[in-house]
Amino acid sequence: MEMIPALGSALAGLLQEAAHGAAGAAGQGAAHGAGQAAGDHGGSFTPILPGLILLIPLIGAAVNGLGAFLWRDRRLVPSWVGPLAVGGAFAVVLANFLRMLETGAAGPAVVTLWSWLSVGGLEVGVDLLFDRLSMVMMLVVTGVSTVIHVYSAGYMRDDPGISRFFAYLNLFVFFMLVLVMGGNFPVTFVGWEGVGLCSYLLIGFWYENAEYSSAGKKAFIVNRIGDFGFLVAMFLLFAMFGTLDYVPIIESAADELAYGGITVTAVTLLLLLACTGKSAQIPLYTWLPDAMAGPTPVSALIHAATMVTAGVYLVARSGVLFAMAPMSQAAVATVGAGTALFAATIALKQYDIKKVLAYSTISQLGYMFLAVGVGAYTAGIFHLTTHAFFKALLFLGAGAVIHSVEHAFHEQGHHGDPNDMRSHGGLMSVMPVTGTTMWAATLAIAGVFPFAGFFSKDEIIWYAGSYGYPILWGVSLVAAVLTAAYMARLMFMTFHGENRTDEAAGQGASSALHEAPAVMTVPLVILAVLSVVGGWIQIPEALPLPHVSWLHDWLHPAVEPALAVAEEHGVEAAHAAPLGGGEAVWAGVSLVLAVGGIVAGAAWVRSKEILVPERAADDRGLARVLNRKWYVDELYERVFVGPLLALSRACWRVVDDRIIDGAVNGLGYAGRALGWVGSRLQSGRIGTYVLVFTLGVLAVLGGLVL
Amino acid sequence: MIADALFYLFSVAAVVSGLFVVTRKNPVSSVLFLVVTFFSLSGLFVLLDAHFIAAVQVIVYAGAIMVLFLFVVMLLNLGHFEGEQTDFRGALGRFAAATVSVTLLALVARAVLGLEELGGQGVVAESLAGAPDPVGAALEARGPVGAVAGPLFDEYLIPFELTSLLLLVAIVGAIVLARRREP
Amino acid sequence: MSVPPEYLPLSLVVSATLFTIGVGGVLLRRNAIIIFLCIELMLNAVNLTFVAFARQLGVDGQVFVFFVMAVAAAEAAVGLAIIISVFRHYEMVDVERFDLLKW
Repeated sequence: MEMIPALGSALAGLLQEAAHGAAGAAGQGAAHGAGQAAGDHGGSFTPILPGLILLIPLIGAAVNGLGAFLWRDRRLVPSWVGPLAVGGAFAVVLANFLRMLETGAAGPAVVTLWSWLSVGGLEVGVDLLFDRLSMVMMLVVTGVSTVIHVYSAGYMRDDPGISRFFAYLNLFVFFMLVLVMGGNFPVTFVGWEGVGLCSYLLIGFWYENAEYSSAGKKAFIVNRIGDFGFLVAMFLLFAMFGTLDYVPIIESAADELAYGGITVTAVTLLLLLACTGKSAQIPLYTWLPDAMAGPTPVSALIHAATMVTAGVYLVARSGVLFAMAPMSQAAVATVGAGTALFAATIALKQYDIKKVLAYSTISQLGYMFLAVGVGAYTAGIFHLTTHAFFKALLFLGAGAVIHSVEHAFHEQGHHGDPNDMRSHGGLMSVMPVTGTTMWAATLAIAGVFPFAGFFSKDEIIWYAGSYGYPILWGVSLVAAVLTAAYMARLMFMTFHGENRTDEAAGQGASSALHEAPAVMTVPLVILAVLSVVGGWIQIPEALPLPHVSWLHDWLHPAVEPALAVAEEHGVEAAHAAPLGGGEAVWAGVSLVLAVGGIVAGAAWVRSKEILVPERAADDRGLARVLNRKWYVDELYERVFVGPLLALSRACWRVVDDRIIDGAVNGLGYAGRALGWVGSRLQSGRIGTYVLVFTLGVLAVLGGLVL
Repeated sequence: MIADALFYLFSVAAVVSGLFVVTRKNPVSSVLFLVVTFFSLSGLFVLLDAHFIAAVQVIVYAGAIMVLFLFVVMLLNLGHFEGEQTDFRGALGRFAAATVSVTLLALVARAVLGLEELGGQGVVAESLAGAPDPVGAALEARGPVGAVAGPLFDEYLIPFELTSLLLLVAIVGAIVLARRREP
Repeated sequence: MSVPPEYLPLSLVVSATLFTIGVGGVLLRRNAIIIFLCIELMLNAVNLTFVAFARQLGVDGQVFVFFVMAVAAAEAAVGLAIIISVFRHYEMVDVERFDLLKW
């Protein structure tokens, strides 16, 4: 419903741009904010067609949504419209990026599309914020989305709901862009909720399956807990600053707030709650593994590359506030490191290929939280970017595998789970492109030189140590080993060894296995290349390599206020890890650990025969605990869901049935009882009537006479 | 003197026969006692200067209406109760009837004797001496029939005509109700 | 031959007594015809009041008595017709047994 004003405003933004921006004059929108905080970072930045970035995906969503009703059978239309809409947005973002690169402007430039809320002291406009941070996010979001949309055109080719699928997916991109471009907390919150909605819609995309739609509901409901935190945090921020715009808050936070004060700590902890929901961190991570019920491209886009990183983005965006609240920073870092290790252990014993990747995502998000928690915002965004590449690639590769295995199962009339790695094995020979690209991603996520993850993850681990969190540093190192191990396990179970598809689905099933079509493999290759080179935008000085600090320099203006606050209060990075040794030494150590993890994982897979799901015995001991995810779902069921249900039931049975219904029904019964009394009076016996009538006469007469 | 005596005689007769109307078991007796009441009342009417009304009372009420009642009672062959069976109500009904009646009488008597227009409580009879006597004047002027007929055909003409309509409707209604249905 | 105006209160008392007897009868009896008779008694008690007051207030009271009689005649005709009709149906005239009018 909000599409119509959004459309109109985007058009207005377009016109505005055509009138001012193209002619070279400073755009009116840019004029709002350009002068505010440019500081010493270059001149002002005028965004190119800012409204169009949002408008194109929205039009795509509208067209596809319409198509879902009008041309159900024309599947070619959505498979072109969807990717093109996102590709168009990517092109505009790229143009903006190039201009920002060219001019060296840092922003922030705020484009106010229209005034949204104007209540009392609260002025909220629909603001789009262009600065270095949002630019990176926009690039990642639209770039990865474009690739995944292309892939989806192949993956969803035979699905009758393809129009609906692309409508949701385009809508998701729209909301994700609203989230990252939002110039104030409320607009970000709109995007925040919008991506939650799309996530819900896409997890339950195959809504005929009750389990899938309840997985969607779970994601939605768990996120509500976090949203509560976001809302309360916004209220507190408004109470403190009288505004909800990022720019003035960031500018004045250091002066207005007490360092480590209660309010700022409360705000940041509430924001952390919001982020743990959206980014699937302890304790609100449980929805993400279930979210794998959605189509695999959805898992890749929403639940790996973009939406789940919103929490990291939000922490980075409000970095100043976190810098003002060291307790909250510690909480963020602890949650991150804890989640990284915890999820990694669970990933070790999952058999569903997508579940492994889901826990892997949770674990990697934990790393990002660790980074932004210790104050290394650049490292967090760096890992966010590289993770978007390789995790999207892993999911898309897994999707190709599932696609292929499902096809084989379908040929045999077998109804097993195509996601179960115990039914895979030896797929490298049939799916060489998928296998190879996924190996690239695996090496990247494990942190093997020179793949992207090596640089980004190593930076996080380094900063965790150097900012003085030795325990979290150790935890992150252990988690890194586990990451390598579970990814190796995944790869070896899926692509190497004997093929078990025949065993699972009957003879001849394996002959139906096939490599994915080009529309799917090309995105894989693109992402694979990015997974390799993506890390080269930031190479630490300490390594015996050309020093590249492009990302660091690029993001510096955006994270500078937070860093300044930290510096002012004496928080500085040391130049040695907790156990001594410099960055180069520990980079070598983590490389050794990664390779060791991969070797150990491979050996672990090879050490015993893998039985197909039908014949596999239940795990025992610790393996069982890990397979059952430390029984957290069961714990939540007992501790929260059970009592909540009991309370709800009590409310239903007692409050609703007894008190509310009782009152209403009681009135009804009272009326009936009164009516019954009345009906007794109307006995039909004339004698009674006459008597009563006479008594009435007596009463009147008595009143008159006496 | 004679008039006073007659007034008391008729009053007592009316009340006593009225009581018999209510208390007789046999409906025929009740009807006949009611006729007696009506005759007594007609006498009272004469004593109260309503000669024409007294005549109509005897002719219409005692003559026509009461005969109709008697006729119906006999037609329906009512009034033959076996043993203890009666059409009186039970003890509770009797008690209620008695209580209500006594209370009503007390209230009405209190009302009548306390009327302001009659000079107030206790001095009623004396204050009426020398009161205006419009009926006596009308009787002298137009005679007993004319005294009533004058206003009846003058200012009460339309109600009088409506009465004829009422009687017509009553006749039709009675015929329709009492007619034996064709099987 | 007539009584003096001082007899007005006495007439009213007689009328009230007759009326009360009528009310008591209606309450006391169950026979529809007797109840009818009692109603006639009450009507006549009222007539007596009219006549008694007419002596002081004008001859209109007597005209009213005339109307009351006409209405009483009509009522008697219709009422007795109803009683006959009811009797044909139930073979009795006990008012306590007629309770169909409660709906």
